[in-house]
Order: sequence, then structure tokens, then C-alpha cells
Amino acid sequence: MKTDIILAGVGGQGILSIAATIGMAALHKNLYLKQAEVHGMSQRGGAVQSNMRISDKEIASDLIPMGAADIILSVEPMESLRYLPYLKKDGWLVTNTTPFINITNYPEIEEVLAEVKKQKNYVALDADKIASEIGSKRSSNIVMLGAATPFFDISFESFEEGIRKIFARKGEDIINMNLQALRAGREFTEKNR
Amino acid sequence: MQKLLLLGDEAIAQGALDGGISGIYAYPGTPSTEITEYVQASKFAKENNIHSQWSVNEKTAMESGLGMSYAGKRAMVSMKHVGLNVAADAFVNSSITGVNGGLIVVAADDPSMHSSQNEQDSRFYGNFAMIPILEPVNQQEAYEMAYYGFELSEKFKLPVMLRITTRLAHSRAGVQTLEQKPQNDNSFPSDLRQFVLLPAIARKNYKSLLANQAGIEEASEKSKFNTYIDGSNKSLGIITTGIAFNYLMENFQDKELNHPVLKIGQYPIPRKQVMKMVNECDKILVLEEGAPIVEEMLKGYQKAGTPVIGRLDGTLPRDGELNPNLVAKALGLETVLDSTIPEIVKNRPPSMCVGCGHIDAYEALNIAVADYGKGRVFSDIGCYTLGALPPYNAINSCVDMGASITMAKGAADAGMVAAVAIIGDSTFTHSGITGLIDCVTENSPVTIIISDNFTTGMTGGQDSKALGKIEDICKGVGVDPDHIKVFRPLKKNMDEMVQIMKDELAYKGVSVIIPRRQCVQTMKNKKLAEQLIQLNLK
Repeated sequence: MKTDIILAGVGGQGILSIAATIGMAALHKNLYLKQAEVHGMSQRGGAVQSNMRISDKEIASDLIPMGAADIILSVEPMESLRYLPYLKKDGWLVTNTTPFINITNYPEIEEVLAEVKKQKNYVALDADKIASEIGSKRSSNIVMLGAATPFFDISFESFEEGIRKIFARKGEDIINMNLQALRAGREFTEKNR
Repeated sequence: MQKLLLLGDEAIAQGALDGGISGIYAYPGTPSTEITEYVQASKFAKENNIHSQWSVNEKTAMESGLGMSYAGKRAMVSMKHVGLNVAADAFVNSSITGVNGGLIVVAADDPSMHSSQNEQDSRFYGNFAMIPILEPVNQQEAYEMAYYGFELSEKFKLPVMLRITTRLAHSRAGVQTLEQKPQNDNSFPSDLRQFVLLPAIARKNYKSLLANQAGIEEASEKSKFNTYIDGSNKSLGIITTGIAFNYLMENFQDKELNHPVLKIGQYPIPRKQVMKMVNECDKILVLEEGAPIVEEMLKGYQKAGTPVIGRLDGTLPRDGELNPNLVAKALGLETVLDSTIPEIVKNRPPSMCVGCGHIDAYEALNIAVADYGKGRVFSDIGCYTLGALPPYNAINSCVDMGASITMAKGAADAGMVAAVAIIGDSTFTHSGITGLIDCVTENSPVTIIISDNFTTGMTGGQDSKALGKIEDICKGVGVDPDHIKVFRPLKKNMDEMVQIMKDELAYKGVSVIIPRRQCVQTMKNKKLAEQLIQLNLK
């Protein structure tokens, strides 16, 4: 069993908390894990990504080879397209549809989404909207993670366990809200994949 | 002993803590910063009085580490690759003095320049200083090399370099820790003149260093970090260093690798193992992260004339990081090399944060300097370097820590007046003060903007040694107090800011302008908030 994931977004959008939750889920299952992140200059509002690899065997490279990722999980639609060369032919593109516009030449969002829809396997959801409906826009990250969970070789319960551990210090309300967000994301994918 | 999930940087810090350090000395710099931060956050370090405060720059860090070693204790010094340029004087001479307590110098290189102004390879410095270099293949080895490195250092009485690159520094994996070692007791060097590099003593020490080379090479031959994995297909032998081994193995997850492989993690390169490969194989491929150091060395190393391929003949790119696909191509394997992305995807470069004080300072500066024309603003290393990008297009240089002030001086000496320097508070104390003294000595017509946000911003908001001291430093080195101007960079103060800048640009002497407002990234830092109240800066 091996899952290679590219996490994508813009510096400050918090893709590292998604990575931490996946990491917890993997640890819960005693799996091998490598996760390469971007620190430093790009964190200031630039394009950021994290290479996350989970396997039941020892992992060689910290970087996912091009053409080898099982999942691109992006919290921003244009950023989801930046890493397409890394996606396997039958891999899944899972992206938020709410754009993060901090550049003047950001393309028309319809054009970006049209490009997303050209992919063979994709799930596109408005995670910000779903998160707001649940109660906090800040959990849109976890909605996105939930939407990607069907493509992992890790049980949904392990992700729930990951959420409980990551948010343990923040109290029961925050844990429940994030669990709800995780479930809402998964539900979307199950209905729309 | 436990299993931890650690960044490469954190693994080094944990290895140093378990290996018995008494202190770490460093200046923040990507990708090395998290090593020191890990020690700073460690409860164990606090309880055991392990030093972890930031140094003012890499040179002072290196010297303090050497001082701790002199006193018999184990010390780690950590920096990014270009930081080693700053520390180079102390670093190179530390191989001539030798050490007392074990000393590890961590150099974190940044191939592909993710967050740096060049991609220099620190192994050059290690070779130049003639000391052992350790280069881990993964987080576990990063931990073990830090752990064992002190023994290696104490065995040969030499500093040891631990060289990593960004990928390992900022990638997380499981690490199995080892038994906690105690700190060393204080002790004097056995020869109290060992560290006195008067020529007569330095010559003697240098001869010892040269004589030591056979021993450190033998240590490499025997090192568990150097492994020869034999293979039946001798048409090609493969030498890897550090993490390049992983990119090789990534291509052989589901097929057999039958070429001999020499995995190097400890330098000097193990000559016997290298010669075995040279003599047995028809050709050698070198996979190394950074510059073609081993590749170049091999060309002069062997009389057999076995062809060596790698970064120098185009088998691999001469610059940038390696990755599994590039290595696959070098081996003639089928791989994906097409990295084209949909045209619609636009670049998203980093930018200054919404609400950042540097932005207001630049907006004022652009207006104030307009009368003199473009091309006269020398900048420095930090978040404000992003002022080079649109919409500001405000700066014309970014070279090394502190260069803004001295380059402005040189330009003013050449007759380019007004000449402006813009530098951050932490960079100013790192390497700006000496240049300011040059300016004051000659009363050079330069306008120096010290954009003070109370922190080392780009690396994540570490302490700034300049906190609450900038005016006193400037006055102390002789800047006329009438030409030290402080204001709060906010849109509503734009007219005042522009007027101050215009007045000082017209002044034919040294002026210091200090736009002062807290970095928006540090607003949640409680310790800083208290300090700012105490210093009356809030």
C-alpha cells in the first residue's frame, strides 16, 4: 500500500495542518511517512506545496516523482493545476473552487474551473461555503481533506482519530466542528465523484 | 529512547541534545532555522541549562561555539550556506586551532535557491578546512550523525561539518532515538596555547592538521555512513552522496538495481571503496546534491581514466536540486520529464503581507526619491527584498547581509547622490553597523532607512538583537542625532513620511530614518508584546 499526495495552496492558507492530520492518521496505522514542506520566502503569500508519502514499506525519496502522485489535494483552484505534471494518469485532482486572489493577473475563475474539469478524475467543491454552513470558514481545509479521504488507503476512522489528536488541546467543540467538516467533505465526494 | 516524527532539522537538534551538547549557536536562516528553534522549545534543554539563544550573526555564533569547545563542552553551530560565508574566517581557522569539546558545524545548503541568493555547496568549505564532513541520507542518519559527530570531533580534535540540503531539512519522517549522553565537564585544552594562532604555533598546528588527514580518511573507510553495495553489472558504477541515494532507489522500487553503488555519507571520500569501483566498472555516474564536487575530485583522483559522468557532462543538470525523474533520465530509464502546466496558471511569487510596515515605507520612499530618478536604492536580505517586485519596483540591489549600507556608500563615493540604503532591524545588527561606521567616518552623503519591525521576519519571526537599541547604536557610532528620524509607517502618515525622506535625501551627510511598526506576523507573540511594553515601543 502506498499513497503519494501533493498538497497545494498559497502560503498562509494552512496546508500544513492538513499534512499534520494525514500524518497523525498514518501514524495511527503504523505506516511509514515522509513529508516535505516549504518554509522561508515562499510562505509569504507565494505558491506552496507539500509532498506527502505514506506507505507500508520504507520510502526512498522525500520528493514524489513526476507522473507518480495518486492525489493532488489543493485548497485553491489555480494552485491545483500547477502540479499536474506530478499526477498519475489515473490519479485524482481534489480542489477547492474558492480562489485566493493576491495577484493582479489572476485568470477568470470560470476558465480555471474549466481546466480542472478537463481532468480525467476530479472532485471540485466550494469548501469555504461548506465550512461556513457548518459554522466556521476556518475549517475549509478539513473539508478539503475529507473530500480526498476516499482516495487514500487509510480508513476514515483513522482520519477521525487524527483530527481528535491534532485538535485535542482546543476542546471538544473545535474537535466536533472539524469532524463535521471532515465528514461533509467526504460526503461531497461520495455523491459527486 | 523513542520513535519521533521529525523534520531533518529537528532530527539534528534531537541528535545533538541526545549527544550531550551544552549549547547551540546560530543566526536564523532558511533552511537551518528549525534546528535552533527545536532546542529553544525543548524542555530537556531548559532543565539542563543548554544554551540556545540566537547569536547576532553566524560569525559570532561560530566563535561562541568554538569558545564553548575550548572550555571542554560539546557545542553545535548552525547556519544556512551563505551564513558560512559570514562565519568563514572563524570556521576555517577553527580547523587550525582544533577543538577541545566536540564541535559540529551544521551548514544547510539550498540548491534550487528556494529561499536564498545562491546555491553554493558547503562541502567546498569543509574540504578547504580539511575536516570530516557528514552528509545524511535521511532523517534517521541526520539524527545519528549529530549524535555521533561529537565523538568524531573529539577523536580527531577537529570540528566536524554536518551538511544537509533543503529537502532533508524540511521533510518529516520517523526517527528512532538513542540513549541520552551526559554533557562534558569543563576542561581546559591540554595545551593552553593550542588556540593561539601566532604564526609559529599555527604552522605547527597546520602540520598536525595535515598529519591528521590519513586518520580522518581511514575513519571514512570504516564509517557506517559509507556503504558499498556490490552489483553484477559493472558497465556502470554509481556513486551517491547524501539524499541523492534516495532518488536512485526511488527508481528501483519494483525492479532490481544490479549496478554497484557506493553510498557516501562521510568525507573525505573513502578512497579504497572509490578505487574499487573505478577499477571494476567501465563508467561511473555521480549523483550528488549541489556542486559536482565528488565528480570533479574523481576526475583527478584515479589513474585508470575510467569515464566519470554526472553534472559536468550534461548527464544531469549543472544547477538545481536533483529529483527522481532527473536521476531516472541519467540512468536511461523511462520517466516523465514534461513539466508543462496549463497556460492559464500564473506565477504566484511571494509578497509582503497585507498590513506590513515595509509596504508603507516603500510607498513613501518611491514618492520621495522620484525627484532624483530611479536606480539608487540599495537593499538587503529580508522580507523587504520583496520590494523589488511589482507594484513597488523600489529597490536595485540585494547581495548579502549588510551590503545595502556599504553599497550605498560606494555609490555615493562614486558621485551617485542621493544614495539610499534600506535594511531591516535584525540585518542591521547582523552586519550593518560596521558599514555605518564607515559612512560616519567619512560623513558620506547616504540616507539609510532601517525598517524596524522588531523581529527577524522572513525566517518566521525570531528575536531581533536590535530590539530597542537602534537609535543608541546609531548615536553611539557617531550619527548626528538631528539626522536620526523615527516615524510610524502608516498610510495616514504618508505626507509626514515623504517629507522626512525628502529632507534627509537632500542632506549631504549620513542620515538614518527608522520607519517603526511591529511585524504583523508576530502579533500573537506574547513575549515580544511584553518586551515592547517594557521598552515603551508599543
